[in-house]
Amino acid sequence: MHVGLEHYLVVSALLFSLGLLGVLARRNVLVMYMSLELMLNAANLALVAFSRFNNNLNGQVMVFFIITVAAAEVSVGLALIVALYRKRQTAHVEDLTAMKL
Amino acid sequence: MSLLPWLILFLPLAGAVGITLFTQRDRDLSAKISIAAVWLSFFFSGLLCLFTSGTFKDAGLSAEWLTVGDLVVDFGFIIDPLSSLMLFIVTGVGGLIHIYSYGYMHEDRAVSRFFASLSLFTFAMLGVVLANNLLMMFIFWELVGVSSYLLIGFWYEKESAADAAKKAFITNRLGDFGFILGIILVWATLGGLNFSVLKETLAKNPGAMGGLATAAGLLLFCGAMGKSAQFPLHVWLPDAMEGPTPVSALIHAATMVAAGVYMLCRVFFLLDVPGSHAQLGYMVMAVGLAAPGAAMFHLATHAFFKALLFLGAGSVIHALHHEQDIWKMGGLKSKLPTTYRTFLIGTLALCGVPPLSGFYSKDGILAAASPSGSHPNPFLFILVVGVAALTAFYMARLFLVAFLGKAKDHCVDHAHESPGVMIWPLRILGTLSVIAGFMGLEQMLGRFFGDEHAHSLGYIAQLFAPFGHAPLAAFFGLFATVLGFSVAYALYANASTDPLPAKLGFLARAMRDRFYFDEIYTGLIRLTHEAISYVASWIDRWLVAGLVVRGTHGTTELFGRALRLVQTGNLQTYAFLLVLGVALLLFIILK
Repeated sequence: MHVGLEHYLVVSALLFSLGLLGVLARRNVLVMYMSLELMLNAANLALVAFSRFNNNLNGQVMVFFIITVAAAEVSVGLALIVALYRKRQTAHVEDLTAMKL
Repeated sequence: MSLLPWLILFLPLAGAVGITLFTQRDRDLSAKISIAAVWLSFFFSGLLCLFTSGTFKDAGLSAEWLTVGDLVVDFGFIIDPLSSLMLFIVTGVGGLIHIYSYGYMHEDRAVSRFFASLSLFTFAMLGVVLANNLLMMFIFWELVGVSSYLLIGFWYEKESAADAAKKAFITNRLGDFGFILGIILVWATLGGLNFSVLKETLAKNPGAMGGLATAAGLLLFCGAMGKSAQFPLHVWLPDAMEGPTPVSALIHAATMVAAGVYMLCRVFFLLDVPGSHAQLGYMVMAVGLAAPGAAMFHLATHAFFKALLFLGAGSVIHALHHEQDIWKMGGLKSKLPTTYRTFLIGTLALCGVPPLSGFYSKDGILAAASPSGSHPNPFLFILVVGVAALTAFYMARLFLVAFLGKAKDHCVDHAHESPGVMIWPLRILGTLSVIAGFMGLEQMLGRFFGDEHAHSLGYIAQLFAPFGHAPLAAFFGLFATVLGFSVAYALYANASTDPLPAKLGFLARAMRDRFYFDEIYTGLIRLTHEAISYVASWIDRWLVAGLVVRGTHGTTELFGRALRLVQTGNLQTYAFLLVLGVALLLFIILK
């Protein structure tokens, strides 16, 4: 079986949808965060696939940047979640309604 | 020469301003300034009359005052026999009243204010008389209203006086509203306001006003009705007695009431359009009967004897220390000899006893309405004869009760004749009341209003003229007078209380309450007022407060409440909505 661009894109779309489902449905902030990373990586996969099939390295360069930024983002995000947990003693998204007026 | 009208008009104003600004404290000086101003005006009126005799023109006497588009309003003067006569009446009779007031008001604290108002009133009246266009006349007309308000309400501490002043002013405003509408109508149809221009326009094209002539005439008449206190705007006049008695004399006799008649005579040519006579005729008879000469003549003589009567009454009141009830008087003949004599002359003149002036002027009007007159109208003729009889009756009643018979109250015992400043005006007015009838005023006015038959007679011939040219009118006039006198004598010769109310029963009660006009007006005003306020309140409550204010507030709040539901604070809801939005955008773009 020949693996083409379509296969990669389908896998990428599946990963993205799974991530989205996780963000929308899971109640634990930490798990939501992991799902968010999954969505990012789905995008990365699509970019790498495009790069490989178009013989253009721009996509891969872009992915490097995304991974770097995502690493920084994870450290900040986790720190926020930990701080939030310390303050509220909860990591459940239903309890975090401070944005409501 | 062309300076004279300005001097005549503005001297009293200068007096009023000067008194108000500078001599408020010095009561005596204020009075003298006011008296000097009015008599200087009188003097200049005399000069003016001498200079302009025969050649009455208003050339060179006007200045452009206001220009709005097509409308050009002059501030100018009209000098003709009509206005000259009125000048003499206003400044002459008014001047006598000024002098009289100096004695009458001597003890009042606010004499300065009184004389300032008096001067302002004179200024306003002179303005009405001299105005050469309708708008200027209207402005001074309003000024007359204001100054009469000040004068009637002079004793404003008394609630009744303040109310009377308000009533006079508001009733007059009602008439003036018609007047200004009439002016607008005249301007709209004829395109001018100057009397001379209007006259020319109408002379060239008598039908220029078309069907609006009657409406314009009635509206102008409405203004005269307010000032002259004619039915149904008469209600303010009896109340106006609340002012000091000289004010009553000024308002009733010399001027304010006369202003209405003067105005009608001035705009007579406007009213002299076929069709409008019939309506007007029943209201101001003489003018309606196309006899403005007779109307002005009667106005002049009326000014003399009516002022005389009011001032005489004031003299009595002054002598009795402000006792006004005639049933507490009686026997004043010996106590106040001069007042008695002059009052007698005034009474006889008012009742139309020959050879006093009232007989001739009243006869002029009667003659116009009599079957052989210029405008025969039996109904009006009978009406006037009836009114003449009533006049004779009530004047005789007053005279019999107050001056003759025995004293009915001890206040008469201390009565003393008024001082010279009050007596001399009475004497002068008395003399004028006697001679005004055969001085030739009638002929002068007759010529002015285009009656070719008017010609001067010798004084002796003048005395008997009425019996010659309209015997029926003269006879009926005399008959009415005699009838009134004899009924009054029969009832009141020896009465100590008024026997009439008991005899008339209900009618007397109705008359005492002035036929309930005040009550009717109060009710009418309250009804309309309530209807209007009901509508206004409905609009306010439902349209303004309901729809506009509460509507805006309600819609905003409704949207707010709906949109608030979106703000759950739940992170995942926001994320879901975001995804929904993205999906929608993608759907739209990729479709």
